[in-house]
Amino acid sequence: MSLLDAFTVIMTASGLLFFLAGSIGILRFPDVFCRLHALTKADNVGLGLIAFGVLPQAASIFDALQIMFIWLLVMVAGAVGCYLVAHQAEECLSKNAAVQPNDLDELPINRSITPKIDSPTGSTNDEF
Amino acid sequence: MIEYLSVIVGLLILALLVGLGRILLGPSSADRMLASQLFSTAGVSILILLAIIQNQPALINVALVLALLAPLTLITFIRLRKKSL
Repeated sequence: MSLLDAFTVIMTASGLLFFLAGSIGILRFPDVFCRLHALTKADNVGLGLIAFGVLPQAASIFDALQIMFIWLLVMVAGAVGCYLVAHQAEECLSKNAAVQPNDLDELPINRSITPKIDSPTGSTNDEF
Repeated sequence: MIEYLSVIVGLLILALLVGLGRILLGPSSADRMLASQLFSTAGVSILILLAIIQNQPALINVALVLALLAPLTLITFIRLRKKSL
């Protein structure tokens, strides 16, 4: 195994690790903002590591450049999408401070309220 | 090397499926859109790896198109919700 192959093995394995962390985070974190944190950071780093690791195996220099361009594009898109979703969720939160019962199922904060009312004994929310 | 990259692709698909559980669970529609964003990121990396494994550079173009179209879904979703608020 040459040095470049070892580089590919290490980088793709660590990228996979970041992807797994992001997936577990999006499944287990309690509200929208934490999930945004898990998704946008971990997944972009994972994609970057995999893209870097694959570079020595690319057929031509043009392919390598295109892979790096895709990574840049995904990072910009991730930043824009993260800002939009967080802004929207916060707007929704402040708008629902004056209670509108119809919108409650759209509230990110809703989950932290209801389980305490339902089961004060301890086995609170299964999300955690 | 090919076998190793194939294992990586398999594990990436596993991570993708685990993350897609949020679409079933997610209480708000923003959570579900986040899971679809995860789908796009993981899908792009799976396509890049497949382009190397199968030695088909055209798959890199497919990954580029997926990376271009994924944020448009998110932006459209936000604009629609803004209209409905």
